[in-house]
Amino acid sequence: MRNTFTKIPLLNDQQFQFCPGCTHGTTLRLMAEVIDKLGLQEKAVVITGDGCMAWAPQYLEVDITLVLHGRAPAVATGVKRMRPDSLVVTIQGDGDLASIGLGEVLHAAARGESITVVCPNNTTMGMTHGQLSPTSLPGQKTTVTPAGRDVQTHGATMDISSLVASQGRVAYLARASLHDAKSTLMAKKYLLKAFDIQMKGLGFTMVELLSSCPTCWKISPPDALKYIEETMIPAFPVGELIDVTAEGEVSA
Amino acid sequence: MHNGSPDRAFMHANDALAEAAIRAGCRFYAGYPITPHTEILEYMAVNLPSRGGVFIQCEQEIAGISMVYGAALTGARAMISSSSTAISLMQEWLSVASALEVPFVIVNMARGGPGLGNLGPSQGDYFQATRGGGHGGYRMIVFGPSTTQEVVDLTMLAFHLADKWRSPVMILGDAAIATTKETVVFSDPPDQSELPPKDWALTGASERDPNKLGLESLVEPAAQARHNLHLLDKWDRIQQTETRWEEVALDDADLLLVAYGTPARIAKTPILHLREGGAKVGMFRPITLWPFPSQELVAALERSGARRVAVIELSAGQMVEDVRLALEGRVPIDLHPYVGGTMPTASQIGNHLEDSLLSLREVAT
Repeated sequence: MRNTFTKIPLLNDQQFQFCPGCTHGTTLRLMAEVIDKLGLQEKAVVITGDGCMAWAPQYLEVDITLVLHGRAPAVATGVKRMRPDSLVVTIQGDGDLASIGLGEVLHAAARGESITVVCPNNTTMGMTHGQLSPTSLPGQKTTVTPAGRDVQTHGATMDISSLVASQGRVAYLARASLHDAKSTLMAKKYLLKAFDIQMKGLGFTMVELLSSCPTCWKISPPDALKYIEETMIPAFPVGELIDVTAEGEVSA
Repeated sequence: MHNGSPDRAFMHANDALAEAAIRAGCRFYAGYPITPHTEILEYMAVNLPSRGGVFIQCEQEIAGISMVYGAALTGARAMISSSSTAISLMQEWLSVASALEVPFVIVNMARGGPGLGNLGPSQGDYFQATRGGGHGGYRMIVFGPSTTQEVVDLTMLAFHLADKWRSPVMILGDAAIATTKETVVFSDPPDQSELPPKDWALTGASERDPNKLGLESLVEPAAQARHNLHLLDKWDRIQQTETRWEEVALDDADLLLVAYGTPARIAKTPILHLREGGAKVGMFRPITLWPFPSQELVAALERSGARRVAVIELSAGQMVEDVRLALEGRVPIDLHPYVGGTMPTASQIGNHLEDSLLSLREVAT
C-alpha cells in the first residue's frame, strides 16, 4: 500500500481536546509539518497565548510555553534576542493578539524582531466561550453582543494584518484561510515562507489564519467552514500583504 | 577593571547598580523611563551592548518585563528596573515567574505615593514587594539596601540567588538611595560554579526531551496543588537559609530601633550620639525584607534586653506589621511614619528615640 500521509512525530499522540470542527488542530499540524520540513525541531521555541491555543504545549514536541495574555510577542523578543539561532514562534488568537496584545505585536513589528507570529483568527474569544473580539464582524452575535455587533456601540472591526503591515520592519505578512484543502495548502506555504524568512534574519513575520469556532458561533462545523469562505474572506482578504523576498509588487 | 570600567568609583547608586548588574553577568535589560530609576535605563543603554548584552527600551513596562521573562526563559541573566506605579504593572508577571520558577532581577526605586505620587523617597511599596503584590499567593526574595555599596553588593547577590532558587529577586530602594553618589568598590560577583544547571531553559530541544513550562495550568487540578506544595517547600527553605540583617549597638539596650533602607542609614548617627550620652539604644536593620529575619529579631531583642521597640518607616507603617508578627506582643512598639515622600532628619530620629526612652522610664516608675 502506498504511504500517502504520515503524522509528524512533532505532533504527539495525545488526542486533541479542541471542539469538533475547530481548525486549531489543522494549524498545529501545519506548524509541525513546516518545522519538520525545515529541520528546525531542535531550534524551535514556541510561545502560546492564552486562548484555546494555550493547550498547544500538550501536543507539540518542541520547547514550548504558554505566557500571559497578549504578551507573547514581547516574550518572544526576549527569547530571540538571547538566542538568535532559534526559531521563535508565537501562536496567538485574535483576542490575545488584537485586544490585550495589540501594543506588543505592533511594537515588535516596528522594531523588526525576527520572530513569527501565527494568529488563528476566529473573530471571537473562544476559550472563554464566545465574547466580542476586535475582529468580530458587524452584526456578529457574541455573548456580549447578543443582538449582533453594532459599530456605533461596539466599535468597528479591526483588520490585524493591515495594522501590523503598516509597521516599518515587517519582512513577511500573509493571511490564509483554513476552510478547505486548497486554502490549507496555501496556509502551509505561507508558514514555510514566514519561518524561512525568520531564519534568514530579515525582520518580523506574521501569518494570520482565518479559523473556525463552531461552538461559539453556534453553527455546525460544515457551516462554520462555509462562514469563513463566504463572510470572513471578503472582510479579511487572503494573500501575501508583504514579502521582502518577492520580486516586484506582491498582490493580495 | 572590568571591560574598561574601574573597580573603585564615585558613582550614583543607579549607575552603580547597573554596573554591578553587568559585572554579575546581566545580558538582557529592558526598561522604560520613570523617575527615579531612569539613570539605570540610560546606563544600560550606553554600556550593556558593548559588553555583550542586549538593551531594549520597551514600549511600556508590561512589555518590558515580558521581554525580561523571555530572556530569562533561555537561561540568560536578565533585569528590569522601574519605580512604584510601574512596578504595579509588573505584578502579574511576578506571580507567573514565581509560579513557573523563572529567575530574573527586578529593581524598584520607590517614590512617594500612593497613586502617581511625587518624586520623594518612600517605603510605601513594602506591602507590594512582600505581600504579593501579584495574585495567587507567592513569595519572592526582597532586598532593602541602605547604602550605595549595599546596592552594588546586593544587586550581584540578587542575580546569584535568583539562579540558586529559580525565582525573581527584587531590590527595593527609594528615591534617596537612587540619587546618592558615593564611592563604591566592585568586588567579584558570587561564584557561579555551585549553581544548579538551567536544564529547564527553552533553548531548543537539541539532544534532550522538549522543555515545556506551564503545563500545571493545563492538566488535572491535582497537578496545580502538587506544584503549590513544591513551591511552599522551596519558600520555606529560603526562609530558613537566606535571611540577612545588621545589628548596631545592640549590647545591653533598653530600646531597639527597627528600620531598613534610608531611615536606618540616617538613624546610625543619632544612635551613636545617644550611646555616647549614656542612653541605651541600638538598631536591628533587616536587609532581606522577605524572608523577614523574624527569628533573628526576636533573638536580638532577647539578647539585648530591650524593653521597647521603635519603628521608623517612610510610609504609614508597613514593615511594622512584620515586627509585630515577629515579636508577638513581647514589648510595646512605637511607630513613627513619614508619608508622601518625606524623610526625617537625624535629629528628628534622635527625638523619636528619646521620646521612646522617656516612655520606658515613665512605665518603669
